[in-house]
Parts: sequence; C-alpha cells; structure tokens
Amino acid sequence: MPTVSVSAEISSLIEPILQRHAWRADRLVQILREVQEAVDFISDETAAHLAEALKIPYAQVHSTRDFYAFFYRENRGRYRVLFSDNITDRMAGNQALFEHMAKRLKLEPGKVSDDGLVSIDYCSCTGMCDQGPAILVNNRAITRMTLRRVDEICDLIRGQVPLDKWPAEFFRVDDNIRRADMLLGTPHEPGKAVRAAIARGRDGMLAEMKLSNLRGRGGAGFTTAVKWEACRNATAAPRYIVCNADEGEPGTFKDRVLLQSYAGRVFEGMVIAAYTVGASHGFLYLRGEYLYLLQPLEAYLAGMRAAGLLGRDIGGVAGFDFDIEIHLGAGAYVCGEETALIESLEGKAGRPRVRPPFPVTSGYMGKPTVVNNVETLCKVTEIALHGGTWYEAIGTKQSTGTKILSVAGDCARPGLYEYAFGVRIAQVLEDCGAQDAIAVQVSGASGVCLSEREFGRRIAFEDVPTAGSFMIFGKQRDLFEVARNFAHFFAHESCGFCTPCRVGTVLMKEIMDKIADGRGTQYEMNELLRLQQVLKPGSHCGLGQTAGNAVADTVQKFRPAYERRLAETDFVPAFDLDAALSRARELAGRDDAAAHLGEEA
Amino acid sequence: MNAPMNPRKLRVTTTSLSGCFGCHMSFLDIDERLLELAALVEFDRSPITDIKHCSQHCDLALVEGGVCNAENVHVLRELRANSKILVAFGACAVNGGLPAQRNHLDVGKCLSQVYRTPDGSATAIPDDPELPLLLDKVYPVNEVVRVDYFLPGCPPSADTIWKFLTDLLTGRTPRIEHPLLKFD
Amino acid sequence: MSDTSNANSFSIDGQRIPFTPGQTILQAALAAGVYIPHLCHHPDLKPHGSCKLCTVIVNGRNGSACTQKAMPGIEVENNTPTLNDRRRVLLQMLFVEGNHFCPGCEKSGNCQLQALAYDLEMVSPHFRHAYPVRPIDTTHPDVWLDLNRCIMCELCVRASRDIDGKNVFMLAGRGAESHIVVNSPSGRLGDSALSIDDAAAHVCPVGAILVKRVGYAVPIGERQFDEQPISRQVDYLARRHIAIVPAAETEER
Repeated sequence: MPTVSVSAEISSLIEPILQRHAWRADRLVQILREVQEAVDFISDETAAHLAEALKIPYAQVHSTRDFYAFFYRENRGRYRVLFSDNITDRMAGNQALFEHMAKRLKLEPGKVSDDGLVSIDYCSCTGMCDQGPAILVNNRAITRMTLRRVDEICDLIRGQVPLDKWPAEFFRVDDNIRRADMLLGTPHEPGKAVRAAIARGRDGMLAEMKLSNLRGRGGAGFTTAVKWEACRNATAAPRYIVCNADEGEPGTFKDRVLLQSYAGRVFEGMVIAAYTVGASHGFLYLRGEYLYLLQPLEAYLAGMRAAGLLGRDIGGVAGFDFDIEIHLGAGAYVCGEETALIESLEGKAGRPRVRPPFPVTSGYMGKPTVVNNVETLCKVTEIALHGGTWYEAIGTKQSTGTKILSVAGDCARPGLYEYAFGVRIAQVLEDCGAQDAIAVQVSGASGVCLSEREFGRRIAFEDVPTAGSFMIFGKQRDLFEVARNFAHFFAHESCGFCTPCRVGTVLMKEIMDKIADGRGTQYEMNELLRLQQVLKPGSHCGLGQTAGNAVADTVQKFRPAYERRLAETDFVPAFDLDAALSRARELAGRDDAAAHLGEEA
Repeated sequence: MNAPMNPRKLRVTTTSLSGCFGCHMSFLDIDERLLELAALVEFDRSPITDIKHCSQHCDLALVEGGVCNAENVHVLRELRANSKILVAFGACAVNGGLPAQRNHLDVGKCLSQVYRTPDGSATAIPDDPELPLLLDKVYPVNEVVRVDYFLPGCPPSADTIWKFLTDLLTGRTPRIEHPLLKFD
Repeated sequence: MSDTSNANSFSIDGQRIPFTPGQTILQAALAAGVYIPHLCHHPDLKPHGSCKLCTVIVNGRNGSACTQKAMPGIEVENNTPTLNDRRRVLLQMLFVEGNHFCPGCEKSGNCQLQALAYDLEMVSPHFRHAYPVRPIDTTHPDVWLDLNRCIMCELCVRASRDIDGKNVFMLAGRGAESHIVVNSPSGRLGDSALSIDDAAAHVCPVGAILVKRVGYAVPIGERQFDEQPISRQVDYLARRHIAIVPAAETEER
C-alpha cells in the first residue's frame, strides 16, 4: 500500500506527540487533540500519516476524527472561535455578539477567512453559564463577552497576537459560589480523607459507603457502593477508576468549579475508590471545553505524587499503587455516558456500548472499571472522614447528603448553590434572586421543565432528580425557543449509532424550526409527540431517551408558546415554494407572474 | 364488487405530475373492472377525459408523480382544493421516485449544462413564460399539500389499485398488504 | 424438554419459547419459529443493537431482543400494535434519512429494509425527505458501494472485522453525518483490501454494497421476499449464512 506523505514540517511537529504517547493507538483521541493544537487541523493526509505511524486502519483515524466536534478535517484557521450556544448564552445575547464578530472579520459561520487566519462558529454549552456569553478560542474559554470584548478579540486576531499574549482578564473564570454547605464550605486538608479511608480498611470503607447510601451525582443516581462492590468482586485485573468530568449537560458547571478549586477532593475520592475496589489506574476524563484546567490539574497531581498520595505504596499501604492521568474530550456530549466515555478513553469515537456487560465488570480495555462523577467522588472524601451514618443523616432518606446546583438564567445571582437534598425549587429561586420565574429547566436539556405550579417540588432523586443544572426562565422568556434550542443541541450531539436518535433528533429539530418559521400546524404538534413516543422508549442510551423531554414538557406546560405560532390551515409545506424556484428563475432571467409561486392555491 | 347503491356517482380527478403515466396505464390495466368502476364513478379533470380543470368538487383525486416544477404545484393545489380525498398515487408521488434522483444535483448547474450552445460558448436557457420553472428539487406530493392516502408501487399493480379503490368506495379504510404492497 | 419448567424457557406474547443459556431473545425466538423484526442482526455476526427494529418489552422494560440475553421466565411483548407502530416509524426514519428508490435498485425484492416495510404495511416514508448527497464508489472491480442506500447497520463493518479480519469498513462521523468509510489511503473501495470472497461484500441487507454484474439475475416473482413476506421466513432468517462462494462457506462458521 502506498505510504502517504505529509510535509516535513508537519511530520516534525507530529513526531514528538507520537513519541510522548508511545505510538499507542488507544491514545488516538489525545494524539489527535495535540496534533490539531500543533498543526491546526487534521487533513486526510495527516490522518493517514497517523494511521501508518500507529499501525491502525486509515478508516479508524477518520472514524475518530470525524466524530468529535473539535477535530477538523479542513483548515478552520489559526484562530478557531466557537460561541457557546446554550439557551443561557442566547438569553445573554450571544447571537448579536456572533453577528458582530462575523461582520467585523467578514466571516461566514463555519468557514475560514480567505487568508486562512480565522473561523467562527457556534458550539454546544461550554459550562460558563453563570458568566456568559462565553466563547472558546482554540478551546480556551473566554467569559463575559461584550461587544467591546468582541472588538478587542477581532483586533488581536487581525494582529495575529498569540493566544497566550491575550489579556489574562479574558480568561478569568470565577467560581461564583453563592451558597456553601458540607462540600463547598469545608476546608480541605490534603491527604486526610485518604488516611481516614485507609484507617477504615477496604472492607470498612465499603461498609461506610453502603451506610451512606451515596448515589451518583451524574444524574442517574445509581448507588455508588453497589458499583464499587461489583467492581471489587469482578475477578479480572487490573481495575480502573474513571472520574467523569465530561460535564456537557447544558447549564451545568459545578464540576468545573470543583476541579478548579476543590481538585484535592476529586482526586482523593478517586484514590479512596481505588483503595476500596483495588484499582491501580485512574483517569480523569475532562471535557475539551475545560482545557484551561489541564495545567493546574497536572500540577496538582504532581503535588499529590510528591506527597505520597499517588504512586507506589500510597499511605504506607504496601502494594497500594495508584496513579491518575488526565484525558481530554473533544466536543462530544455523548461521552458523558459512561460507556461512550470509555470508548473515547480507548481512542475511539464515543458511541455508547451495549450494556450489559456493565463497566464494573467490563469497562476500560474490557477490565472492571468504576466510572464516577466529579461531585460523587468529592462526597466520598466526606464519607471517609465522617462515616456513612453521619452522611446518611443529611438530606432525605432516598437522597442522602448535599447536592450542588449550577444556577443560571434569569436571576440576580447565578452560580453554585449547595443544599441538602430535599430543598424546594421555590427556595432556590428565592436564594438566587429569581422573582419572576415562569419556568425552571432542572438537570439540563435532558432534564425536566417545571412550571410555576411545580415550584413546590423538591430536588431529590425521588422527586426532581438532577445532575445539577438549574436554568431559570423569567416571564419575558419564550419557552418554545428554549425547547427549540435543546432540540438543536440533541440533533448536534446524537452519536448516530441507533436509528431513533440519529434520525429522530433531526426530525424533531426540523419540526421545531418549521413551527418557528410559522409553517407549523396542529399536524406538527402531533408529530412532535409521535416522535417522542419513539425516541424515549426506543433509543440506545440516555441521550436519545431524554432528547425529546424538553419538547414534550413544554408542549404540555407551555402550549400557548407553540400555538401562537401555528398556521390556521391544516397543512403548510416546510419550505418556501417560491424560493425553491429562485435558482431556475434567476438562470432563465424571468420575473413574470408565472415565474412565482404564492403561498397558497 | 358489493358496493352499496350510490345515489350519485363519485367524482374522480386524476393527474400525472412529474411521472411517466405508468400509474395511469396500470389503472387502465384493471381491464374489464373498468366497467364496474364506471358504474360507480365519473371522471372530472383527468388525462382520461381531457378536462383541463376541475369542473366541480371532486370526491377523490389520484395524483401520480412528484412535484418538480411550478406547473406541478398549481395542478396539485387545484386538485387538493377541489377534492375531499387526495391520494399520492405511485412511487413518484410517494417519495419523488426516479425523477427525485436529480435531487443531489444543483438545478442551476443542470440547466446550464443542458442548455449550453453546441460550441459550449454560451448557455441559452429558455425564458418563455409558458414554460414552467423547475423547482430546486423534486418533492413528494405530501411535502407540498396534505395527503390522505398513499398508494405506493412503480406502478401500483392493477390489482393493488382495484383493492385500494374498492376499499375506499365501499367505505373501508384502504389496506394494502402482501402481496399487493410493492415499492417497485 | 419439560413443558412446565421455567428454567429453560420464557414467553413471547404468551407463547412459550425454549432457549439454551447464552442465547439472546432474538436468537431463541427465531430458533422457535417466532418472528421479531430486525435489520442489524445476522446469525453469523455478533449482536449490535443499533437499528432498534427488534425492540421488545421485557418484563415491562424496553430492550433490544438482539442484544438482551434470554432469561428463564421473562415475559416478552413483541407483536403488539404499539411496538409495530414504533417499528414502522423507525422504518420511515430510515427511508427519509437516505435515498431509497426501490424501482431503480438491484436489491429490490431481496432487500430486508423493503421487506420489513412491506410486512409492517409502511405505505409511505411519512416524514420530510432529507435527500442527502452521498457518494457512489465503483472503483472496485467486483463490488460497488452506494452510500445512498446505507442504513448504518454496520453489518459490513462487523463482517469485515470479525469474519474477514480486514477492517475494510468503519462507521465515521456523528449523528446525521454518520457514514461508512472505506479503509484505504484514498478512501476508495478499489484501493482497499476488499475481495469478492469476503463476507463483507455479501452481508449488506440493503442495496448499499452490491456485487457487480449479477444485478437483476433473479426475475421478479422469484426474489427472496416476493413469494412470502419476511415475517413468514423465520427459518431462513435463523439459519441463513452470509452467502459468499461455495468454497469459502465451510470455514469460519
């Protein structure tokens, strides 16, 4: 087979990356990320070069590259600007900023400038909802965008100023902790939780975990001890601990704060998990949008190694060897699903696996793997320190401990709010200064849309479960546009594996757009629900199963927002028939009456 | 056919938009059953009658072919507006059919290519207002108007058409299943 | 087999189905002559669970019959109006997602997508057609690839990887942009390791991967799904093997 050649310059930039990853194909996602950082995009030639160097099929590199939104096959410029397009960014005016930048830089969305310098586009929520509108420039987060900041950035780009010379203020990311409880309000003493766990012993720590009734904070609420025990009882080795920091759910940003200011707890939680289940290796899967956290987290890990909290014989326990490495995602919400995340860790496209087998018996590289959320792992340190019984007393019977909410949208004080489970929606609204809320989207785009009459409900697995996202909509907001934003999100993020989600999310998006265009009728309302009846029960993973929730909720609870857009006839085409003639009209040079079509007969 | 005695004949209109008239030919293939049908229906606008426009309200419209140009749209709208029941009749009406295989091509490039002068120096795309302009794509009938029933097949066989019509004329919901349901 | 023991049987729509441990619900059902609609399953290949046509309700929960193991005593709902309605919608989704023009397709009459649509009485694709622009690859001397008709079932991916040991095909892209890619430096089939003897060249359930020079060899009326609808060909579905050439059929299976 012919060997594909890339330029000597590209080859010399790629070589050290391959070397650093020991030419390991299971590092493909990490290699692609670094290669793109070095050479701006991954052309077919570069992809083929990588395939040959890694001794894997060409198609495998294509498959992985083309899956992730942040990998580019074609040149997208040396400055790649992405505007976070969550509904909260929308509400903060991101579209006007986008248009302003497009105009200033004379750019079309998704297309690189003629000089190959810059491109701009939209991307899914970047987790900066409390300080948006936010953008990413070469995956570096910039917050609090204003027209003035857009102008400054345009000047910097036009002046070709390297990103690390841009004003540090642009990259400032605030914690915005508004209400601290057990986790956010307690000082961290490095190593103490690990020592406490070791003092309890492996069985003892597992017993405390069981007593605590800690449930996963990623949304599904699976009992953590059950997961750990299943992994511990699995016979295969080695075992792995994975921290899921692919915080992609629109509206949530608590894991970002935990990793920025509470990393010790996250990592010590992983060490304790490793100790309890007998794992030797850990991964932090950090979403690509949080690239800015990579260096500080690496530094933190180095400090832990120096302190004997990672490495060999941790805490003086002979044979307790454990270390953590950080993998970055590259713009794929579905990688928050644990088996998709594992696929990504293995260097592949993030398509969820068939379950069973579950990761606890067959996870990373087919070995027993525990995947826990960032917040869950922080909670583990509290249980190690104070015991399961103490922990179990906090919150509600079925939802123990505290929960961090990422509050954003129409309120005076967006940010993090930590409450014992069982807090009412109304309480949160009061605390954050949301006087005129008409709706709250709890747990993100995949969650539930609550209307005013439901504000008495409680945050708890048994009532309103949540992964943490809490987006507030004031009376000036249009819930149809909220649902439409989410419909676009899911169509963009569907992995494409199963039929209902791959096609159904697109159809749902198109119908929402049709209604937005004033072309919807009662027929489309029925179609939305018909699609939901296939998506929800029929999809392969949680993404498709929840993709229609926001639409279904808002159709039910905010129906007037839809109905005022509906045409009164029984059917309107989805497209403009007259516009469909325009190409032929133009070429024939006609503009007579017969060269046009009205809307109706 | 055991149709109840009807006080008046049902009015049927048919047309072929962007189709090949194959579905109409297949319709005629019901052979002697045509006589039975003639006792129950009368034809309004149709290639069979050569009536140019729907003369009055029809009960049933059979629309063959997809929607490829402005004239197709006008005809389709006329049939829809004047019929109680409209049927997408045959493969092209159902999904665009073979004409829709142009849909991956840019209609402008097609026209420029086809109407290039022999020496290739210029294009002479006809601009006569009599000629209907092409739509960017060939659309199935149900993407332009509301459709009540679909009768697939290229063409639907005479037996399929007969089963469909007899169901409809006797007040049953038309049901086409094996071996009558075919897409080819 | 004992007729009272639950230990080696379960039920589908009230009918008792025996199984051997390790069998999936779909395998056990087909072996017992019970039809469950499916597209991405093939008896020669590992379960995949992507088309979702075989979704059944197992003890009240939705699941893919092709990936879920048969367990003693489980109660499976399969041939119900609700499930068949959903399956029809899934078929409609597949039809509008690609470019499926049966009258011009060699696979017509032998196509499982079409056969399923007939069987579930899908009279129209219902949704708005995407009419995607997808390539056709005719560079291989014996096999051609028409991605217009691809339904992303990955049977070719699995056959090439697990039977042929070649990885000629892989699924790339994401969501609606998902597409099959060919493993060769040029991305063309002609430059790949695909051989006419490969299982991957013969496994496609639709007309996306076709062997050249044999189109329309079987007259209308004698094709696989002309005589009997697919739901009445359970024995064929359960026992079929990827038909390559007679000599190559003995190994592997």
